[in-house]
Amino acid sequence: MISLTIDGIATQVAEGTTILQAAKLLEIRIPTLCYHPLLKPFGACRVCVVEVQRGASYEVISACNTPGREGMVVSTDTARVLAARRLVLELMLARWPNVPVLRQLAAELGLEQPRFTSTLRDERPDACVLCLRCVRICEEVVGACAIGYEDRGILRRVVTPFNQESEACIACGACAHVCLTRHIRFEGEDYKGKPAEFLLGPNTAIYMPTAQAVPKVPSIDPETCIHFKTGGCQSCVQVCEPGAVNHKMVDEEIELDAGQVLVATGFDLFDATPMAQYGYGRLDNIYAALDIERMLNATGPTGGRLLLKNGQPPRAVGIVHCVGSRDENHHRYCSRVCCMYALKFAHLVKERCPQAEVYNFYIDMRAFGKGYEEFYSRVLHEGANVIRGKVAEVVQAGWSKQEEGTLLIRCEDTLIGRFREIPVDMVILCNAIEPRQDAGRVGRVFGLSRSPDGFFLERHPKLDPMATMTDGLFVAGCAQGPKDIPDSVAQASGAAARILATISKGVVEIDPIRAEIDEALCSGCRTCGPLCPYNAIEYLEDKKVSRVNSTLCKGCGTCVAACPSGAITGYGFNDAQINAELEGILTL
Amino acid sequence: MTVATNGDHYEPRIVGFLCNWCSYTGADLAGTSRMKSAPNLRIVRVMCSGRVDPSFILRAFQLGADGVLVAGCHPGDCHYQEGNFKALRRMTFLKRLLNDFGIDERRLRLEWISASEGEKFAKVSTEFAEQVRALGRLRLEVPEEVSAVEEVMVS
Repeated sequence: MISLTIDGIATQVAEGTTILQAAKLLEIRIPTLCYHPLLKPFGACRVCVVEVQRGASYEVISACNTPGREGMVVSTDTARVLAARRLVLELMLARWPNVPVLRQLAAELGLEQPRFTSTLRDERPDACVLCLRCVRICEEVVGACAIGYEDRGILRRVVTPFNQESEACIACGACAHVCLTRHIRFEGEDYKGKPAEFLLGPNTAIYMPTAQAVPKVPSIDPETCIHFKTGGCQSCVQVCEPGAVNHKMVDEEIELDAGQVLVATGFDLFDATPMAQYGYGRLDNIYAALDIERMLNATGPTGGRLLLKNGQPPRAVGIVHCVGSRDENHHRYCSRVCCMYALKFAHLVKERCPQAEVYNFYIDMRAFGKGYEEFYSRVLHEGANVIRGKVAEVVQAGWSKQEEGTLLIRCEDTLIGRFREIPVDMVILCNAIEPRQDAGRVGRVFGLSRSPDGFFLERHPKLDPMATMTDGLFVAGCAQGPKDIPDSVAQASGAAARILATISKGVVEIDPIRAEIDEALCSGCRTCGPLCPYNAIEYLEDKKVSRVNSTLCKGCGTCVAACPSGAITGYGFNDAQINAELEGILTL
Repeated sequence: MTVATNGDHYEPRIVGFLCNWCSYTGADLAGTSRMKSAPNLRIVRVMCSGRVDPSFILRAFQLGADGVLVAGCHPGDCHYQEGNFKALRRMTFLKRLLNDFGIDERRLRLEWISASEGEKFAKVSTEFAEQVRALGRLRLEVPEEVSAVEEVMVS
């Protein structure tokens, strides 16, 4: 540790700490331009000069690249310091008179007009002021070395090698991020409207999945993280005080022993792109339900505002029900939740954009739950229009300047028996809920059957809606079929209760249906052994007979049917019982 | 053998061995979905199509069945992993044997019907009833002295 005094305040800092860092610890502000905490001190701008007393003499030096020394006495705001800073600023301002960051600093120093004129005067407010933070971050932090500078003195310029498009650039945007004057910009960063995350994923490489993420920890996206591209950066490691950032972490497979499994794998949203008539993915301002859900979220990309691609609020919004559901060409079933969330959208659009017209296009309005019908009438009273009829197509409206960017919904209004064309500037599609694309694979892993619509099949639709054919395996939520949140919660709670009941009991009841070998009749041929899928049949070498382990046996009866000696009895389904049954049913 | 007749009208009697997990549930689904299927099928529930001993089928024919349907889970979907494959092997052999017994092999049918295929169950049972009806009544001539053999087979 070394002791030094800054502006009369004595302090102790670690060896190697620069004057600038020491001042920062004391919350003494020293203006800087080319300094950046992630970069090595460069000392190019000379704005951070301070006065250091050395013996009897005083010396004006830059604070960013001068390490503190024992007994140093530093002053940050003497007349000499301010004069030096003012001179530096005057020279810079003479060349770049309109750059905001320079003007602000000049104003702080009481400088109004520079005394000098520059032959290279650049009037642009976003002119490059040659702080070279971009070049340094690209080299020191990112490690890409995609940009550099050419020429010397006042002719110095920041360029890519040979002024060619740089192959080394990984488009990380670090240079634009540190640029003092926004001279370097990232293409598309000013783009309003369609939120970037819909198209590009998270905006930063290290991000919080959602505002309510559990556990609430950020994760790193290896696709965008600079470290995974160049091996450099790791800025997050430097700033994270608890040292929680770990770039070496990889996905791992964890094997767990589980006695019971609750399959709640959820659903996929139907992709409306193949339904070309609705223009999803082809025309602007057509959104799927979950896109809108994200946009209307207060923590979402637009902060909960409903915006068109051009950044304006919509004047008319069309909400199309039954996209992909109740449709012979896609899914025949009703998705169950869409009517209600479509009405919710209508309500929210009215709330966020009160002047906007809302049109709901429905086949049948299914407000089936507690309080749902009441909500439906409330939305109607709020002035939402509901049109009974399936939308035929959504097209780009005329080509006049006024109509530019608006859409036209063509449909049949079956209640008035007319064909209608309704101009809107935003369309929300209520896509069907469909089984997860890997439901077949999950089903095979767990031995789950699926109903014709592809959702997992419950043991009994009325009497046992959360259990499956396999003991200890339960289903809940949309994995079992489309359902809304209250229904999912009810089903999942039921399944969890069933699981807990078994756990608290501590013992598992098994079906009495199983096979048993009569040792007196068994010839020890061992035909049965290899047939058993559960390895429940063991051969007793001493007695030369086979024996069924009744805990392992599931009672399928394959061995019973195969035993040439008739030595195996399948309890519940033995030969005599089945023959008696046959006699019974064939009596008449 | 006597067959329930109503004048000249002949209704085939068909025994269906349905596995508990897929086909029986499928039949249940057909019922709860109010699907129409031929009423000729008389169902025997077994835990697995692999439980169907060929002797049950012969016994059913002997007792006057005109057709036998064995239905199990789709290959790969068996609740007991591979019982349906064993059924497939047994039925293939049995069909050859049936010809030797003088029973048309078309009177025995093996089908894969999953728990969700109520429609398929209805279709298969109706179709099979039609097929058996076209084949006509099964007439087995059982000599007196064979009854001793029968006793062995049933036990």
